[in-house]
Amino acid sequence: MSAIAPDLLAHHNLNPSEYQTILALLGREPTLTELGIFSVMWSEHCSYKSSRIHLKKLPARSKLVLQGPGENAGIIDIGGGYAIAFKIESHNHPSFIEPFQGAATGVGGILRDIFTMGARPIAVMDALRFGPLDDPRKGARNRRILEGVVSGIAHYGNCFGVSTVGGECVFEPSYSGNPLVNVFALGVVRHKDIFLARAAGVGNPVIYVGAKTGRDGVHGATMASAEFTDDSKQKRPNVQVGDPFLEKLLLEACLEAMQTGAVVGIQDMGAAGLTCSTCEMGGRGGLGIEIDLAHVPQRETGMSPYEIMLSESQERMLLVASKGREEEVFAVFRKWGLDAATIGVVTPDNLLRVKNHGVIVAEIPNPALTDAAPVYDRPHGKPYRTAPMKGPTFSSNDLNGDLRRLLASGDLCSKRYIWRQYDYMVRTNTTLGPGADAAIVRIKEAGISVAMSLDGNGRYCYLDPREGARLIVAEGCRNLSAVGARPVAATNNLNFGNPERPEIMAQIVEVIEGMAEACAHFETPITGGNVSLYNETRGEEPIFPTPVMGIVGLLPTESPVTPFFKAVGRDIVLLGGAGACDETRFGGTQYAKQILGGLWGLPPALDLDYEKRTGAAIREIIAEGLAESSHDLSDGGLAVALAECCFSPGNIGASIELDSGMRPEYLLFHEAPSRILVSTANPARVEEIAAAQRVEAVRIGNTVAARLTIRNRGTSLIDAEVRALENLWEGGLERLLDGRLVQT
Amino acid sequence: MPMNFGVVVFPGSNCDHDAWYSVTHSLGQKAEFLWHDSERIGNVDAIILPGGFSYGDYLRCGAIAKFSPIMKAVRRFASSGGLVLGICNGFQILVESGLLPGALLRNRGLKFICAPVDLRVATVDSPFTSAAHQGQILRIPIAHGEGCYVADERTLEELEAEDRVLFRYVDNPNGSLRDIAGIMNAGRNVLGMMPHPERATDPLMGSTDGRVVLESMVASFAPVRK
Repeated sequence: MSAIAPDLLAHHNLNPSEYQTILALLGREPTLTELGIFSVMWSEHCSYKSSRIHLKKLPARSKLVLQGPGENAGIIDIGGGYAIAFKIESHNHPSFIEPFQGAATGVGGILRDIFTMGARPIAVMDALRFGPLDDPRKGARNRRILEGVVSGIAHYGNCFGVSTVGGECVFEPSYSGNPLVNVFALGVVRHKDIFLARAAGVGNPVIYVGAKTGRDGVHGATMASAEFTDDSKQKRPNVQVGDPFLEKLLLEACLEAMQTGAVVGIQDMGAAGLTCSTCEMGGRGGLGIEIDLAHVPQRETGMSPYEIMLSESQERMLLVASKGREEEVFAVFRKWGLDAATIGVVTPDNLLRVKNHGVIVAEIPNPALTDAAPVYDRPHGKPYRTAPMKGPTFSSNDLNGDLRRLLASGDLCSKRYIWRQYDYMVRTNTTLGPGADAAIVRIKEAGISVAMSLDGNGRYCYLDPREGARLIVAEGCRNLSAVGARPVAATNNLNFGNPERPEIMAQIVEVIEGMAEACAHFETPITGGNVSLYNETRGEEPIFPTPVMGIVGLLPTESPVTPFFKAVGRDIVLLGGAGACDETRFGGTQYAKQILGGLWGLPPALDLDYEKRTGAAIREIIAEGLAESSHDLSDGGLAVALAECCFSPGNIGASIELDSGMRPEYLLFHEAPSRILVSTANPARVEEIAAAQRVEAVRIGNTVAARLTIRNRGTSLIDAEVRALENLWEGGLERLLDGRLVQT
Repeated sequence: MPMNFGVVVFPGSNCDHDAWYSVTHSLGQKAEFLWHDSERIGNVDAIILPGGFSYGDYLRCGAIAKFSPIMKAVRRFASSGGLVLGICNGFQILVESGLLPGALLRNRGLKFICAPVDLRVATVDSPFTSAAHQGQILRIPIAHGEGCYVADERTLEELEAEDRVLFRYVDNPNGSLRDIAGIMNAGRNVLGMMPHPERATDPLMGSTDGRVVLESMVASFAPVRK
């Protein structure tokens, strides 16, 4: 079996030194099936070989963490004997090749990660990144990718019956060749019903359930671990096709089977399919798993052991049952009309042994595939950036026009066009749906609610990866606090370019370290996540470093505080104060991007401690029932946030009087963090709470009917009809998708 | 004694639990699940066909569900005068089964729409709207991709003449003919509607306007209770 030629290795994305390690671990040459198994388990996607040593720097523990990284999802205690399981996963590469199915199966994969833990998924959010929709050359393709991705997410989530409660969507040229589709999911589980993906009990049967295995997705994990080339389109068969109906049945059947007490451990077959589930379940339990592929339900004839082991057919699970109680498990799957077959047995030897009709085709020690997988401390220098430190000279002669353009822009406009395609209410838990600072779902069983927020900012991270990551964590926590929730835990999706380039690796390291610092500060341990590297298309710019944070928080179940003004005559308080800005710190703002077409300098400055105190203040203000509305400042700064507060059915505007020496463009549009707009009937008490937290609280004006006016020291800066602004904001995305020019 | 609702569970139903929850928690009535594979419905006083994607909605929404064993029982129950409420996918199943006339096509905009919408109560002469006022506006969510109600002109005239249109959209979201959101059979005991009243029975969900449908059912059941 000396047929392992260099090009065969290259085809498997294994380098010669990795191959030497395989020879040493096995003490012989691998079979083709074994080579395939190594290639997927040692792929970047499964082994985290470039990021592993750095991921260890992330905080992963707190009193509430019941399950940290290493399982299919993290789990947090929410009290009353209940817990939430949540995680984020990317499906970037498949979504570029086939947007609809790529995104759909991304949703399917993360949902399985949740119910594998015994939790019923109740909420999904999506972080999306596309190329600009109005790009003269690539706009049509970018629009097609967006439409496909959104329909795919809607198709899968709606049919499965999980609420898609929010997310974010941002456009940059660097995502034209590499769209990002990151899907977050969250489920509920009783403590005593938590299941782990772990084999136990020598002699216990290994049972395969769900869809039959086909050739789809063979080598999906290795595809997701390489740059795109012109041949990538030919990898289309690598993209799997999802069946949300089957997944719904699988969910119900798995949860029901778990209740029988006959299930010992369970894992979904996601990336690297049967390979990953068998060796990981065995490895985690310190035991072996032996399977015979002849028993694997197959939907195509003539599949080789190699193909069966590497198939990424969707909607499949592997479980270990108690010997003698198989029939209880089979009965449940029969009831739901699903295939279930015993394909193997738990062995004492810590080996993955694969037979085909009784003949051994692979026999590998589990640790060789997991613990012994390569770990690289890749060289990292100075983070990649070409942006200058200094920006252009500018002076606006139409601040009202600037605001209109910002509100109509792809990044800042309403994403209603997207989220109204998602069923965001099914299971009647969503008390605050899409379009707010954070989404809230009530946990009926536990009498408590969970808030969640997804945030990323590639521009900030491009300018300064470390500071950018800190800002993202801060914004996520601020989003939660702005709805009254206490942030308790996080999951991260790290999207970057090619880690073999030291300047990209430097972005990864800096982001992880910044994130670690901020998460420790906000006491939001990261209980799991995903790393997606090689997001670059050969010959083009790598994507902006795009870490996405999913942060969850807890709050009482009651009527939510929304961002929108509720009544005229209320005081508007800017909690956190006007903030500071200079030319350098203005270079990462939306104003710099949309109005000046530039990117320079550094992201806004962040004081972690001040941010934390601001969060504590707004949570107390909300808990005391003082906030009629609450909305955090982020992209677009004060003017955009004020406009957004006005976009409610009540057509309520604001009259604002500022007293600042800042130049008007900065004052209106700078993006310094740690700021929240509150409307209240009791500003004095709001100020007291803020003072106790040593946080600024400035009364900047009042709510009025129908008009937004902003004046600074007597000079009018903004004067606009709320409805006119709202129409631009509301229809922004549809206009861009129509390919029409935005008239502002 | 509370009224006992049977909530049918098809493979792919995903609003079954929501219907059960609103009946039991918001209305304080009883509810039990009825499995699609059984021809027996036991001792229920009304049946809800919930929303979702029964049998994956393969072929056509509701087209496979009509052949399920439970639908034989539902037909018997309906023909003996029992109250049947089909919501969303349940409405699609009722038209596929021939218990209601017409058909539900893809939304005019070709996209799935999830949104709260306003409905106008078109008649109170029904066991599903007796507790409402004529012309009352109800805010109830929709969540469907195929909710565009169509029927031939004669059927539409018949529905109008017999006062069998229960709800009309105030601002038609899906292209339904004559803004129809919900209709009844000639026997006035089977209602199909695209909006989800079970999603609007709890103040935390933003509206309680859906209660009136379920409360009407409870009220109309009371007089014949032994």
